Amino acid sequence: MNIGLLLIALLVLATFAPFTRKYLGNAAGWVFALIPFAGFAWFLSLLPEINDGQVFTQRFAWLPAYGIDFSFYIDGLSVLFSLLVLGIGTFILIYAGYYMKTYPMKGRFMGYMILFMASMLGVVVAGNLITIFVFWELTSISSYLLIGYNHEKPEARGAALQALLITGFGGLALLGGFVLMGIPYGNYELSTLFSDPDLIRSSDLYLPALILVLIGAFTKSAQFPFHFWLPGAMAAPSPVSAYLHSATMVKAGVFLLARLNPVLGETELWHYLLSIFGVTTMFVGAWLSITQTDLKRILAYTTVSALGTLVLLIGTGTEYAMNAAIIFLLVHALYKGTLFMMAGNIEKKTGTRDITKLGGLFKYMPFAAVVMAMALVSMAGIPPMLGFIGKELIYEAKVNAPDAHWFILIAGFLTNVILVFLSLRLAIDVFWGKEPAYEKKPVEPALPLIIGPFFLVLISFVLGLFPKTMANPLTSQAIMAISPGMAAIKLKLWHGFNLVLWLSALTVAMGLLIFKHRLKFIAFAEKINLRFFGSEFSKIFFKLIDKFLYLTKEQTKAIQHGYHRYYLMTVFVVASVLVWIQIWNADPVILELNFRDMPLNLVAVVALIITATISAVVSHSRVVALIAMGVIGFGITIIFIAYSGVDLAITMILVETLMIILAMAVLYHLPKYVKYSDTGARMRDALVAVLVGTFMMVLVLQAGTTVVEAPISEYFKEVSYTEAFGRNIVNVILVDFRALDTLGEITVIAIAALGIFSMIKLTQRNKI
Amino acid sequence: MESVILQIAARHMRPLLVILSLVVLYRGHNEPGGGFIGGLMLGAGYILYAMAFGVQKTQKTIPISPLVLTGIGLLLALASGLPALLAGHIFMTGEWITLFAGTGFDLKLGTPLLFDLGVYFTVAGMLMLVMFSIMEE
Repeated sequence: MNIGLLLIALLVLATFAPFTRKYLGNAAGWVFALIPFAGFAWFLSLLPEINDGQVFTQRFAWLPAYGIDFSFYIDGLSVLFSLLVLGIGTFILIYAGYYMKTYPMKGRFMGYMILFMASMLGVVVAGNLITIFVFWELTSISSYLLIGYNHEKPEARGAALQALLITGFGGLALLGGFVLMGIPYGNYELSTLFSDPDLIRSSDLYLPALILVLIGAFTKSAQFPFHFWLPGAMAAPSPVSAYLHSATMVKAGVFLLARLNPVLGETELWHYLLSIFGVTTMFVGAWLSITQTDLKRILAYTTVSALGTLVLLIGTGTEYAMNAAIIFLLVHALYKGTLFMMAGNIEKKTGTRDITKLGGLFKYMPFAAVVMAMALVSMAGIPPMLGFIGKELIYEAKVNAPDAHWFILIAGFLTNVILVFLSLRLAIDVFWGKEPAYEKKPVEPALPLIIGPFFLVLISFVLGLFPKTMANPLTSQAIMAISPGMAAIKLKLWHGFNLVLWLSALTVAMGLLIFKHRLKFIAFAEKINLRFFGSEFSKIFFKLIDKFLYLTKEQTKAIQHGYHRYYLMTVFVVASVLVWIQIWNADPVILELNFRDMPLNLVAVVALIITATISAVVSHSRVVALIAMGVIGFGITIIFIAYSGVDLAITMILVETLMIILAMAVLYHLPKYVKYSDTGARMRDALVAVLVGTFMMVLVLQAGTTVVEAPISEYFKEVSYTEAFGRNIVNVILVDFRALDTLGEITVIAIAALGIFSMIKLTQRNKI
Repeated sequence: MESVILQIAARHMRPLLVILSLVVLYRGHNEPGGGFIGGLMLGAGYILYAMAFGVQKTQKTIPISPLVLTGIGLLLALASGLPALLAGHIFMTGEWITLFAGTGFDLKLGTPLLFDLGVYFTVAGMLMLVMFSIMEE
């Protein structure tokens, strides 16, 4: 088995999931989950070799001339992320298979989910910047499809578009950053970048490349001020929120920062930018979650906060910070995936996600309550869950942060207090407390709905209990991959009584205190929010989009006025004026025209063409003008024959004939000929006509005398029969030498025909 | 507008034009002709018929609609590039085989011919599509 095969298997599964879903029924989730599970097992089996420091690479030539290859680079970081993507993905598919059973188009939903899984896996195992980018964009697109899954709802469509525009904008910036990064190296391979990171760090391109890459990473990972799309994305069904918008996709930005840390990191700029944005996002996300009442939105804001913490840790860059980043990443994926799935379960069983309308659920679903409570314990950072170890490391990193550690420490402390408060609130206000009148008696969620949350919490618990034997091997290589020269810290549940432990104790105490006075605290937070965040970011965003749309509409109205004659005039005038300027500036060409050798019969033909042209121009009858045009066409045909362009002549005859038939069919529908335009307009048209006609004439005459290089026709004449086995050069060029051009041309022809067809048919239908 | 002369002419001209268009298509490789010209001729035959008998009656005598014909043409042209890929050459490289070699009736067949057939169908299809739509109105 190899990684390419696994990706292809997932993509094939994504393609066929919509068609096979209905045959598999509700077992579909279990069946589809087999492939990610196999992938999970495979990555787990790689772990011993990875822990020996091995890196698996694979490379397929794609555009070798540009240093762009389809390559894979699997190190400790990739393995950790792949395990998360595939492991959580396995449970999510089982969960979604059951959760979505009442939704329409569930097969397609599963297809999108698996497509996303493949793209996310692609991002984390890719070994070339461009390969990363391709998969990166695929995750944005599948996220768009999934957020907008309930597409009858306008808010789902709005949220999907918002997420796509923001991550798409970031993706574009990212591509620019990647291209800049590749310039000093000449290719985009990660291994090349890792081998000589100073090349980019000392180059002038470092600053623009860094800013562009950071825009890409920050938009994807919902960093302030781009954070607002993530709560909006909660319009998606719960499996999507659990998988994309907490455990995996939003981590892609963090992954990228971690991945590129050895190349772009370890500079002042990197350090400050990441720290500032990270610490702001960490605090703002936590703060904004206080006043939310929707379960999923609360979780979304805490996800924003967690992503900020991760960015801050990577920016801090010390050994503790790097360890904390990787451990916290794992911690967060485990508990947040659980919490989102549980939020979906609660909504399923009670019909609401509003925590003010929930309460007393422990009585009805004790098992689910325990699972959720354990996840919340991990979120609050209380032993013995892995969350505790994560939080201790984070505190350790913040205490030892090189700059501004007081500021970071206070912001981090407040964030953690809020997290403790939220954990208490989510546990106690939902599962205990006053019980509202439920329409239907809530029951325990079914097995597929609870198996995922249960296992994720269990893993978090086991990893927390046995950090040295379980969590260390899983993460140590990832830490070393993102921060060369640093070691993985031996993880321990018990650190002894030190500053960090006291901080933890104080955090929990403060959280409890706030929880006790929660009504007053929430009212206070609301007051502050009204004062400082009067308008929501997402509303500002939509206003900007509206402004932009208005602008483009006005611009389109001005340029696309809808008058065919002015379009033609624009094209003619612009083309001929440009060429005339060129002719004026070019060296004068002495035309050697020899009319004496011209056979008399051709002179007659030319005279005929000129006469026909004049009568076409002055005629007052459309039919006469049309016939005159036909005479011109056939006259030119005769000239073609005289100079042995038989193919051209045949084509010309056919085209002329068909044109006349076509024109006749159209003329039949036109009103009687009336002179609409005044003399001024006609003079203007005449001027345009003369301008175009003379420029074509001069161009043709020049083309006949200017020889830049040996014409390619000589070459074609030579090889036409020897290489393409055809004696008709014109045709050989069309169907062999230049077949790709012809393919493009006939495609255009077909599209034009479709356009005419639909235009006529649609207007006919409108008339009825 | 019904004209007996036109109808009789069209009825006899159409098969002739179809055959002629095929001849032009096949000989195009070595002598004047080819898919484009052939396609125009094929289309012209049916348009003549439609002028004499009306569009609806004409469409009944054609087994496939011009729309489908256009699509088939495009697909054929595209497919002609694939054998080259299978043979490990660049997309759209001409690949040739000779049938009945040495019997005196050598029949050289190659992907360019298939490509030309695609052009032939596309051009004829689009011509009929456009003309029929306009004439029908």
